[in-house]
Amino acid sequence: MSARHLLSVADLDAAGVRQLLDTAAEMHDVQRREVKKIPTLRGRTVINLFFEDSTRTRSSFEIAGKWMSADTINITGKGSSTSKGESLRDTTMTIAAMGVDAIVMRHMASGAAHQVARWLDESGSATRVVNAGDGTHEHPTQALLDAYTLERRLGSLEGRHVAIVGDVTHSRVFRSNLLSLPLLGARVTVVAPPTLMPSGARAWAEHDGWTMSHDLDDVLAQGPDALMMLRVQKERMSGGYFPTPREYTVGYGLTRPRLAAYLDRQPEGVILHPGPMNRGLEIAADAADAASSLVLDQVSAGVAVRMSVLYHLLAGGEGSAA
Amino acid sequence: MSDLLITGARVLDGDATDVLVRDGRVAALGADASGAKGDAEVVDADGLVLLPGLVDLHTHLREPGREDAETIATGSAAAAIGGYTAVLAMANTNPVTDTGEAAERVLDLGRATGLVDVQPIGSVTKGLEGAELAELGLMHRSRAGVTVFSDDGRCVGDARVMRRALEYVRAFDGVISQHSQDPELAGPTACCHEGELSGRLGLPGWPAAAEATIIARDAQLSLLTGARVHVAHVTTAEGLDVVRWAKAKGARITAEVTPHHLLLTADLLAGYDPVYKVNPPLRPAEDVAALRAGLADGTIDVVATDHAPHARHDKEHAFVDAAFGMLGLETAFSVVHDVMVRSGAMDLAGLARVMSTAPARIAGLADHGRAIEVGAPANLVLVDPAAEVTVDRDASASLSRNNPYHGRTFTGAVRTTILRGRVTAAAGEAHA
Ligand SMILES: [Zn+2]
Repeated sequence: MSARHLLSVADLDAAGVRQLLDTAAEMHDVQRREVKKIPTLRGRTVINLFFEDSTRTRSSFEIAGKWMSADTINITGKGSSTSKGESLRDTTMTIAAMGVDAIVMRHMASGAAHQVARWLDESGSATRVVNAGDGTHEHPTQALLDAYTLERRLGSLEGRHVAIVGDVTHSRVFRSNLLSLPLLGARVTVVAPPTLMPSGARAWAEHDGWTMSHDLDDVLAQGPDALMMLRVQKERMSGGYFPTPREYTVGYGLTRPRLAAYLDRQPEGVILHPGPMNRGLEIAADAADAASSLVLDQVSAGVAVRMSVLYHLLAGGEGSAA
Repeated sequence: MSDLLITGARVLDGDATDVLVRDGRVAALGADASGAKGDAEVVDADGLVLLPGLVDLHTHLREPGREDAETIATGSAAAAIGGYTAVLAMANTNPVTDTGEAAERVLDLGRATGLVDVQPIGSVTKGLEGAELAELGLMHRSRAGVTVFSDDGRCVGDARVMRRALEYVRAFDGVISQHSQDPELAGPTACCHEGELSGRLGLPGWPAAAEATIIARDAQLSLLTGARVHVAHVTTAEGLDVVRWAKAKGARITAEVTPHHLLLTADLLAGYDPVYKVNPPLRPAEDVAALRAGLADGTIDVVATDHAPHARHDKEHAFVDAAFGMLGLETAFSVVHDVMVRSGAMDLAGLARVMSTAPARIAGLADHGRAIEVGAPANLVLVDPAAEVTVDRDASASLSRNNPYHGRTFTGAVRTTILRGRVTAAAGEAHA
């Protein structure tokens, strides 16, 4: 990959995504070894700077770094969107000044990783930034691991149809997948109640060539190759986005009868969810645990994909990855 | 104080003439001026245009409370450099200007500095809380003689409170300057224009309707009470349409636009740079075009800066957490000249109307925004319509650096500012 940082899937082109996924496949083999340790990033320091808690993503990056022999350090900061303590610039410039090679950053504010990368670049710092989720904007490594997981199961995504369902307005997973899936040749249908569609969705869909729907059953009847269920972000739900959880589930949940109807139509169909799941709300337990569910494959792929990203950002990309 | 003889200036785009200033007033024009020159200090204004000094109906000076971002002294210097002879200081300081004493303190600090007339704006409600009326009458009766009231930074969202405020200030023909933005519609985290870009960026935004609905409500309240409403910083074509409709209905409504809403567009937010974070937000190009047309056709009465200085560290947060606002006093003339006059949308007389005469009239400042004639107070500015100016944020008199125009070049420069016959700024330097 050519970009200095990984802030957005928009930093990548199709070849860049391909390269990251191919390296992830090599890294995935390391995961199956008895001794899961390669020297690739020996002497490198990676800081996991998590202003917003996420055990899943933080552990995944931490394991990825450790298996490649990097020194990984976790810093969790309280940077609530109302607290006005030390500025984000001061916090991150201080950490970078310690000489770290990469900052893997999770922040509750959209664009935070972009801002930090700009401040670092302006100051001449060599530190790289990996966006591990910025507010309701993007989560590029999640999109990469989703693509990896889908390809492992379905083969090429060229011409495939993926439905992304749920709380899209608050979803960084949605925004990143909306960029990565078309790069791999897939077409996307986005399903959400009108209140959970992002602003300007109609014009956006027209510009970028995706389809918008408010009718999940109608979309399932088209037999998409994959269903990407999104978490309903209850913590962001102060605005009364839907009347009741019951109504949401009836309209947009992957319920047991809905799953049966879908698999009837599309026996090869698969289900993804970025986790953590609200079982019974956006996804029924039967769907989460079904043979067609790739939820745990996603988790496993996550480590491989993050190894690949750190490798390409920090190891210069020479020679074999693993 | 020595006399000033301004030689060879075009007065409001007329023929070149001489202007003699004595005892703080315009004493003579043309041949009379050169004849009576005596030992006057001569200001060579060859190629320059003389306008009434600019008046800013919407300035944030941060004192008291945030003297690290701006003081009345530094803000006054920036204003004088920008061609202003009077500024109205918004009430959202800490403490809030919500009493007569607080208003007098702002007035006195301005007088002590002496670079521009600093006229305090009083808050509409106590502490800007939106609930109880501030001491509107006492502020008016104070030495500061407050006539403009605003909770700016916040909208007076409660219709009943707004109605009472209007009824109250009607008694002395005060005016309520409203930050027109429904506080409930978009919620507390909104930080930009709501549209396709905010959807892509994952930033919560304000729809244009949040502005238009409040303007419509306030227009109805103006018709109900007979009091004056001033729409601070209108930003949307929809809001503008409502102003147009309200004026046609006979409502006592005036409106202002900022230089930045006449030039900058919402797409600048794509890089999440907080220098472009302002409230109300930058809007799409269609709105910018509508605002320019609305200013040219008189629907918008005033250009006001909404000069909003912020300490560097208050802008160095994640976009949603960074402070709202941008600098404007030093660059306003150049931006408006470039966007409106050079483009042919309006002439210099029009610029003088929207940046001096109309704001002075709305604020009731009798000594500012006057026609340049014998006997008028010598509150004046000399501008060079042909000069190119490249903005350098580090060359500012403001204590803050949140200047969105850094590196941009405009045509049209302020040369010399004169307050009551005294040069307060020349060639980009304030003269205390
Ligand atoms: Zn305002």
